[in-house]
Amino acid sequence: MGLSSRHLLGLEGVSKEDIELILNTADSFHEVLDREIKVVPTLRGKTIVNLFYENSTRTRISFELAEKRLSASPLNFSSSSSSVNKGESLRDTIQNIEAMKIDMVVVRHGAAGVPHFLTQCTDAVIINAGDGLHEHPTQALLDIMTIRRKLGRLEGLKVAIIGDIFHSRVARSNAWGMSTLGMNVVLCGPPTLLPQPMDSIGVPVTFNLDEALEGADVVMFLRLQLERQASGAFPTIREYRERWGMDTEKLNKLSKNVLIMHPGPINRGIELSSDVADGPKSVILEQVTNGVAVRMAVLYLLGGGENA
Amino acid sequence: MKQRELLMDKHSLDLALTRITHQILERNQDFSKLGVVGMQSRGVFLAKRIVAKINELEHLALTAGTVDPTLYRDDYRMALKQPVVRITDIPFDINHINLILVDDVLYTGRTVRAALDALVDFGRPKTIQLAVLVDRGNRELPIRADYVGKKITTLPNQEVALKVAEIDGEDSLWLTEFEEGD
Repeated sequence: MGLSSRHLLGLEGVSKEDIELILNTADSFHEVLDREIKVVPTLRGKTIVNLFYENSTRTRISFELAEKRLSASPLNFSSSSSSVNKGESLRDTIQNIEAMKIDMVVVRHGAAGVPHFLTQCTDAVIINAGDGLHEHPTQALLDIMTIRRKLGRLEGLKVAIIGDIFHSRVARSNAWGMSTLGMNVVLCGPPTLLPQPMDSIGVPVTFNLDEALEGADVVMFLRLQLERQASGAFPTIREYRERWGMDTEKLNKLSKNVLIMHPGPINRGIELSSDVADGPKSVILEQVTNGVAVRMAVLYLLGGGENA
Repeated sequence: MKQRELLMDKHSLDLALTRITHQILERNQDFSKLGVVGMQSRGVFLAKRIVAKINELEHLALTAGTVDPTLYRDDYRMALKQPVVRITDIPFDINHINLILVDDVLYTGRTVRAALDALVDFGRPKTIQLAVLVDRGNRELPIRADYVGKKITTLPNQEVALKVAEIDGEDSLWLTEFEEGD
């Protein structure tokens, strides 16, 4: 049993069997996180570079924790404190790091396609931790894992993803992965922040929140990057909150078992009011816990066997 | 492609488990300090049967635990495909108890070594005792079983396969053999 790919670059084109193998493995790793000794020796001796060209708190910490729980040796690289400031190219950086005998690279970069490019300049296993507006596959996997653990099934569920869809690699990865698993995804946000038809991911898109929420089993809110207002994407924060944010009053109109999700970090009082974010329908902190389990599963499945 | 020989049928399998159960009880008479865990995946079913027999004979209410040694294996780098990671679930405190580790087949001893490492991460039992349905020899590590259902001599091109009613619809133990060209 193994994944059919050597790398994890995105969820577009990844088979249902591969996604289910990752989810099942992650369920087993979730149990390790509840133990008193939360470390297993599986990846002992493997060196994994966390190559982060963009700011990130939870994804980087989550990967680093997953690596440590598997007894791998993580090496953290952030562009702000490296030779990137001296003008070193991406190819040179990765080849220099590879010359130090590393096994896997977890990469985040502001440009789409960087993880794919890296597969061509190194033999190491590449895991995408977010590239530009393209994909963020481990985030989507942890979202799907959270839904499966809470609701017990995936196929046929309706998932509404609300917010700045255009700039969201989380929305893209989720749309690919969830569609593959037979879930019904609908994307919703201000017209200026929705993908143009040309770049459609193949799932329905709407400006109308009520339409998106109709019959939804899961509602996922995306972080609104506040600087988008300055660029004229929407008139005021208040209008955004009124039309696309969630509060208790709107929440009470939804299904009793609806799940509220958010990849974080939350703008409290904009996407979600605090009583919703901290309320009983919110699974936001479970998403964070499951993130470590999913990343352990991906590292385990890509780090051994034929890849070793 | 494979020759098959029936080593144990349902009845002889049940007799062997009954005998092992009696031996376990004879050696561990303080039942307040007794625990049983089965190794994923077939050992889990045998552990459940042994626990059911213990509960019936001594009017106890023990629950069998499960342990998955996969993450502790020494062949992670060599295996062609990664083995499936299964659940470890030990619903009791293993510190200071006599812990019976149950598996179907004892062969090289490497899986047992991995399971011992896994168990140590959960606590420090007073003793760990190994119960296996079949000891097929060819050990590669200094490991032996405390309770053995059947001892047989096998060749490396042979395999011993346990069928259990829960998965395969019947209880039986088979010797299979790879032929040249397989």
